[in-house]
Amino acid sequence: MPAEHTPLEHAVFVNGDVTRIAPGCTVDGLLETLGLMGKRVAVAVNRDVVPRSRYGAVTLADDDHVEILEAVGGG
Amino acid sequence: MSEQDTPESWRIGDHEFRSRLIIGSGKYESFEQNLECAEVSGAEMVTVALRRVNFDAAKGPRLLDVISPERFTILPNTAGCYTAEDAITTARMGRELLETDLVKLEVIGDERTLFPDVPATLEAARVLIDDGFTVLPYITDDPVACQRLAALGCPAVMPLAAPIGSGMGIRNPANLRIILETVEVPVIVDAGVGTASDAAVALELGATALLMNTAIAHAKEPVKMARAMRLAVDAGRLAYESGRMPQRLYASASSPLDGIANY
Repeated sequence: MPAEHTPLEHAVFVNGDVTRIAPGCTVDGLLETLGLMGKRVAVAVNRDVVPRSRYGAVTLADDDHVEILEAVGGG
Repeated sequence: MSEQDTPESWRIGDHEFRSRLIIGSGKYESFEQNLECAEVSGAEMVTVALRRVNFDAAKGPRLLDVISPERFTILPNTAGCYTAEDAITTARMGRELLETDLVKLEVIGDERTLFPDVPATLEAARVLIDDGFTVLPYITDDPVACQRLAALGCPAVMPLAAPIGSGMGIRNPANLRIILETVEVPVIVDAGVGTASDAAVALELGATALLMNTAIAHAKEPVKMARAMRLAVDAGRLAYESGRMPQRLYASASSPLDGIANY
């Protein structure tokens, strides 16, 4: 079920939480908003891994599911 | 140690290593403790997991700020994945994040034992190898599964010694021996060792390397255990390279049998 939003913004899911973004927002823009520019993260949109070189080209759409991962301790 | 007394180096694809100990980065009290253990252990490769960014903690130092990819070969894992599809996606996320072709492939089949899902591991390995990955699969100590993974193009196989984090040691040395005799790629024993003697046994059997996390991280003194593991891995490897003496049931005197005094 789509999250509620006004026509002037889109709602995407970032790591499971609803996040409001401006229409036309790119992965780059989202990372900037989240303070993650230049951080060691990896991004997938609707299960597709987005290469770093495409961050500026991939535009997020309403209801997109974005996963932003980092390296953590593990075995 | 002289060159001759130092264990031989080994390779996975384009990556060459002198240390035969690979350590994890989970369960440590701090990144600093993890780093100190990595340094003391001599490990050149450290595994990491991939998880959702922790926005609350994101301002402080992160794991890779301390366990630096400039200093260590970072091996991203697919821990927590229960399907081939999730493991494949996670491997691709790791490649983007770390700019590495290496992946420790884990497709878990059971929550309590964390034993691998063998068919799903084979499926994911096939896709990832086609995609250019250097796939290091965590797998059951099953010779046939290991042979299948090697045949798919895995440059090494990583059979478990015991369940992850169990510290139970080498539960089935006979299977490991069969794997070592029948699989042509390097065998990295992954998971289950609890203490230094377990590590030595794995290397004495002929394992190329050993991957461990909890045995160091959950020792009462992790840094001291990291050193013990380094020594055990080197000792086990040197013993393997030396070629051990044959075992015999009865004694064979070490002192001369001639010239014994008759009082």
